[in-house]
Amino acid sequence: MNIYKIKRISTSSVIHIILGSVALTCVFPVFWMISSSLKTQDQIFTKMSLLPGSLLDIFNWKWGNYWEAFVKADFGYYFANSLFYTVVGVFFVILISSMAAYAFSRLEFHGKTFLFYLLIATLLIPIPGVFVPLYLLLKNLGLLDTRTGLLLCYISNGLAFAIFLLKGFFDELPREVEEAALIDGCSRFGIYWRIALPLAKPAIATLIIMNSLTIWNEFLLALVVLQDKAKMPIQRGLMVFQGTFITDYPLLMAGLTIATIPIVIVYLLMQKHIVKGIASGALKG
Amino acid sequence: MKITRKEKLGNFLFVVPALVLFLVFSLYPILRTFELSVFEWNGIDKHMTFVWFEQYKHILFNNPAFWKSMANAGIITLLALTLQNGLALILALLVTKNIKGENIYRTIFFLPPVLSGIVVGLIWKFVFDGNFGILNHFLVNIGFASFTDFAWLSEIKTALLSVGVVHMWKGFGYGFIILLAGLQTIPVELYEAAEVDGADAWQQFKNITFPLLIPIFTIVTILTILGSMQIFDLIYSMTRGGPAGHTHVPITKIYEYMSNGEFGYSTAMAVIFGMVLLVISGAQIYASKKLNYDR
Repeated sequence: MNIYKIKRISTSSVIHIILGSVALTCVFPVFWMISSSLKTQDQIFTKMSLLPGSLLDIFNWKWGNYWEAFVKADFGYYFANSLFYTVVGVFFVILISSMAAYAFSRLEFHGKTFLFYLLIATLLIPIPGVFVPLYLLLKNLGLLDTRTGLLLCYISNGLAFAIFLLKGFFDELPREVEEAALIDGCSRFGIYWRIALPLAKPAIATLIIMNSLTIWNEFLLALVVLQDKAKMPIQRGLMVFQGTFITDYPLLMAGLTIATIPIVIVYLLMQKHIVKGIASGALKG
Repeated sequence: MKITRKEKLGNFLFVVPALVLFLVFSLYPILRTFELSVFEWNGIDKHMTFVWFEQYKHILFNNPAFWKSMANAGIITLLALTLQNGLALILALLVTKNIKGENIYRTIFFLPPVLSGIVVGLIWKFVFDGNFGILNHFLVNIGFASFTDFAWLSEIKTALLSVGVVHMWKGFGYGFIILLAGLQTIPVELYEAAEVDGADAWQQFKNITFPLLIPIFTIVTILTILGSMQIFDLIYSMTRGGPAGHTHVPITKIYEYMSNGEFGYSTAMAVIFGMVLLVISGAQIYASKKLNYDR
C-alpha cells in the first residue's frame, strides 16, 4: 500500500464520519418519535431506553397506541381530512393552472402579458400576514370554518408557481403537432386536453408532489380558518391533541408518526421529482 | 392567421378559473391588507375608524414587543444564514467529492425539510422536555448533572436558541440540495484544467467554485432570510412565543393581534414587516449583482 492510497482512504473515512454524524442527527429524532410511539406512558416517565423493549419482544411493544390514536384520539378523522384536502386541492391546482399556463403559452387574448406578470409578481414579493384579510374575506363569503373555504385558499396559493412552471414547460414543446390537430378540426380545448396535457406529464408529476407536500404540511391557514374539529387536517389536529392531553406522549408520538408516514413514503418514492421541483423553483426564481 | 374577436374571447376562458381565484384569494387580500392598515377596527363592528398612519406610528415608535419579535426572528435568521448555510455548503462540497453512498446521504439530509413544522416542533419539544426529554437524560449521563430537569424551552436564556437550533436542523437540507444542484452545473473541465495548472483544493474553491456559485448563494440567502423571518409553525408548536414573549416572532405577533380582534393594527404590522422583507431581499439581490459585475 502506498502513501497516496493511505491518504485517500483516510480522507474518505473522515468525510464519511462527518457526513455520517450529520445523517445520524437527521434520523435520530424521527427514530425517537417512532420508538416513543410504541412505549407505555410508564416507560416514558420512568425508564429511558432507545427501544420500547427487546427486539425479540417486538410483538409486545405497545402497538395498541396506534389503534387508540386512530380511534379514540380522532387521528383517523384528521388523517382522512388531510387526505381529502390534499387530493382535492392538488387536483384543482393542476387542472386550473395547466389550463391557464397553456393559454399563456399558446393563445392570444387581451391583457395576456400584464396578467402573467401580475401573477409572477406575487411569487416574488414577500407578503406576510395575508391570513388576516383572508380570514375576513372567508367570513364575508360565509366560508369561514368550512372545507370549501380552506380548499379555496390552498388552491389559489398553489396557482402562481404552477402556472409559472407549466408555462415554461409548454413553451419548450414543439407546436407542429398542435397546428396539425387544429387544421384537422380539433378544438383548442381538445388540443390542450389530448395533446399538450399528456406531454406535460413530467412537469405535472413534479407539481403534484410539491403541492401535496405543501398542503399536507400546511398549518397556519388551517389554524385561522377552522374551529370545528371534524374538519381539521392532521397538522391542526396534532396541536389540538397536544393542547388537551399534554403528557400523553406515546399517543402524541403515534399521532406524529401517522402524520409523517405518508410524507416519508411519498418522499422516498418520488425523491427525484421533489429535488427537481426544489431546484427548478429555486434556480429559475 | 388572423384571430377573430370571438376566438380571443374563447381563449380567455382558459384563464378565467385561475384568474378568478387569483384575484379573489390572492390579489384582493393583498390590497385589503393596505386598506385595513389605516383603520382601527375590531373586525365585527359596522364602523371602521379611519386613523391615517396612527397605527404605523404606534408600531414603529411605541411597540417594543414588535421590535423584540423582529430581533428574535433576526437572531434565528442570522443563525440560519451562518451556521445552517455554512453546514449546507460544507456538506454539499463533501458529497460531490465522489464518495460512496452519495444518494443515501442526500436522501437523509433532505428528510427534515419534507417534514411538517408542527411535527418537527412537537418531536423536538419532547426531546427538549425538562423531565422526560432524552436530551437532558443524555447530558446527565455524560456528566452534566445540573441538567437533570432543565427546561430548555421555558428558560429565557435558552428558549430562542433552542428553537433556532431546531429551525437549522429542519432547514439545512434545503440549502444543501440547492447548493448541490448548483455545484453539479459547474463543468468538470474547469477543475481538470486547474489541476493541470497546479491549483490546490483551496485555490480551486476560491477561483472556480465560489465565483460560479454566487448566483446560487444569493438564492439560498434570500430563501433563508424569507423563510426564517417568517417562521411560525415551529414557534407555535414549541413555545407559542413564550417564556414571557422571548420567542415571539413577527408572524406570531400578527396572529396574536388578529386573535385579539385588532384587525387594523395587525395588518399595519403585516405591511411594515412585508416592507422590511422586501428591503432585505432587494438589498441582497443588488449586492450580489454588484459583486458579479465587479469580477
